[in-house]
Amino acid sequence: MRRLSWFNATSLTLGFAFLYLPMVVLVVYSFNANKLVTVWAGFSTRWYGELFRNEAFLDAAWVTLRVALVSSTLATILGTAAAYVLVRGGRFFGRTLFSGMLYAPLVMPDVILGLSLLLLFISIGLDRGMITIILAHTTFSMAYVAVVVTSRLVAFDHSLEEAARDLGCNRWDAFRLVTLPIIAPAVISGWLLGFTLSLDDLVIASFTSGPSSTTLPIKIFSAVRLGVSPEINALSAILIGIVTVGVITTSLMSKRAIAKRIRDENRAET
Amino acid sequence: MRRAALIALPYMWLLALFFVPFLIVLKISVSDYALSIPPYTPTLDLSQGWQGIRDWWAGLDFENFIFLTTDSLYWRAYLSSLKIAVFSTIMTLIVAYPIAYGMSRAKDEWRPTLLMLVILPFWTSFLIRVYAWKAILAQEGFLNQVLINLGLIGEPLTILNTNTAVYIGIVYTYLPFMVLPLYAALEKLDESLLEAAEDLGCSRASAFWLITLPLSKQGIIAGSFLVFIPVMGEFVIPTLLGGSDTLMIGKVLWEEFFSNRDWPVASAVAIVLLAILIIPIVLFIKNEEKQWEKDI
Repeated sequence: MRRLSWFNATSLTLGFAFLYLPMVVLVVYSFNANKLVTVWAGFSTRWYGELFRNEAFLDAAWVTLRVALVSSTLATILGTAAAYVLVRGGRFFGRTLFSGMLYAPLVMPDVILGLSLLLLFISIGLDRGMITIILAHTTFSMAYVAVVVTSRLVAFDHSLEEAARDLGCNRWDAFRLVTLPIIAPAVISGWLLGFTLSLDDLVIASFTSGPSSTTLPIKIFSAVRLGVSPEINALSAILIGIVTVGVITTSLMSKRAIAKRIRDENRAET
Repeated sequence: MRRAALIALPYMWLLALFFVPFLIVLKISVSDYALSIPPYTPTLDLSQGWQGIRDWWAGLDFENFIFLTTDSLYWRAYLSSLKIAVFSTIMTLIVAYPIAYGMSRAKDEWRPTLLMLVILPFWTSFLIRVYAWKAILAQEGFLNQVLINLGLIGEPLTILNTNTAVYIGIVYTYLPFMVLPLYAALEKLDESLLEAAEDLGCSRASAFWLITLPLSKQGIIAGSFLVFIPVMGEFVIPTLLGGSDTLMIGKVLWEEFFSNRDWPVASAVAIVLLAILIIPIVLFIKNEEKQWEKDI
């Protein structure tokens, strides 16, 4: 039996208060009419209006969105392929180097990744812009996709794939018709993870972006480096809102999917 | 044939965009600073043929690495990063453990919601979560206002722009990275082991030390790597929350590159940082692989 003792209840309450209080404070301050962020002067949506009139922020948001869409899609394709060959591919030349290169970006400090990629782009003469940010983001997002997909691949029954091949599927059809639908949830969450990481990245984008391709985090960072800014509070509140709605929706959907599967399984048994 | 293509595609990508860039950093770290474009010498001039390669090779030296040892700024920054990374990993572990433990002991129907509550900040922008602390820890910020209104302090505390703020920022932003692996380990723990220990006369505290803690070792190791390694190179947190006396090597590298435009020294700083981190990184990767192999 599992019970929630007072100790566990207290640590959970304090822990979640610590995790959420700063975000709540930020959202509340975003509705402060005062330009001095921490001095309350009544409710206002003024800063949201100013934010949407700020062309520079809108441009940066558009660049960031395009970079994130392209890089997370590329990373999903490459990362899924990488996870598949590592789990199912057996032995091949340089496998250790391959898995090392694949997982290292998970923990490698951003400053090292950013610096090394920038020096590469300069030495091959590639002009810095959206393309270089996309290449850089794909490289580190790939690692996250690979981890998520690997955990799903090792968990599912290998014999399903073998059965498909016994029934006359070639390798590609077996992958497309059997493996892919089963690992699809992991592939989708890998894509979402890559997308969020790309939206969020400041350090690598700072190294690899050119003057015409400023991303939103670079803009936010230069605005808040010296102090707090009411416009950035409004922007943060919007981003927190989007993430909250997204995460709650997906978790409700997966809950419903699990409930449906359990119902179907019960029906199949009776 | 298809298998070869499937392997080759991600392999080539990683070789070109992960492996080769490191070789370039290594090369530039042994070059010299110059007022030119690109800002270092010697540059490899292949049009000169064999002589060009020989000139290039002769121009390389370890001057930048010697420079790093002579200017105390660098080794103090490495030591200070190491200290901050070690202490903040321990603090994150201490804060995360009770949360992960509480989650793993919660009722089954509660656990997906609790898990979602830990994952949600993880999806929220890192930069914004660090920035949120600026308005809380400032002199006239939220925390000082609350404490003064409660009458606990008379004068506002100076927390922002000190190392304390850096520690708070690190523990806060890296907390989900520690909670999730700990929870994964603690969730698998068989409750009957603890009941058996209690039946055999173990106190709750010693049952925790003898059973729960050793069985959650895997989570502690994975979580500590996930916090320690990136914190060593952290740039955003010391820049936004730390003061002018907060020394961290990620910040030094950034300034060396963007403010001083000294690419060879910035590269040397990166190589030394990588040399420090290579052992933890290899251990982390080995540990991950061991986990997968166990599951297969």
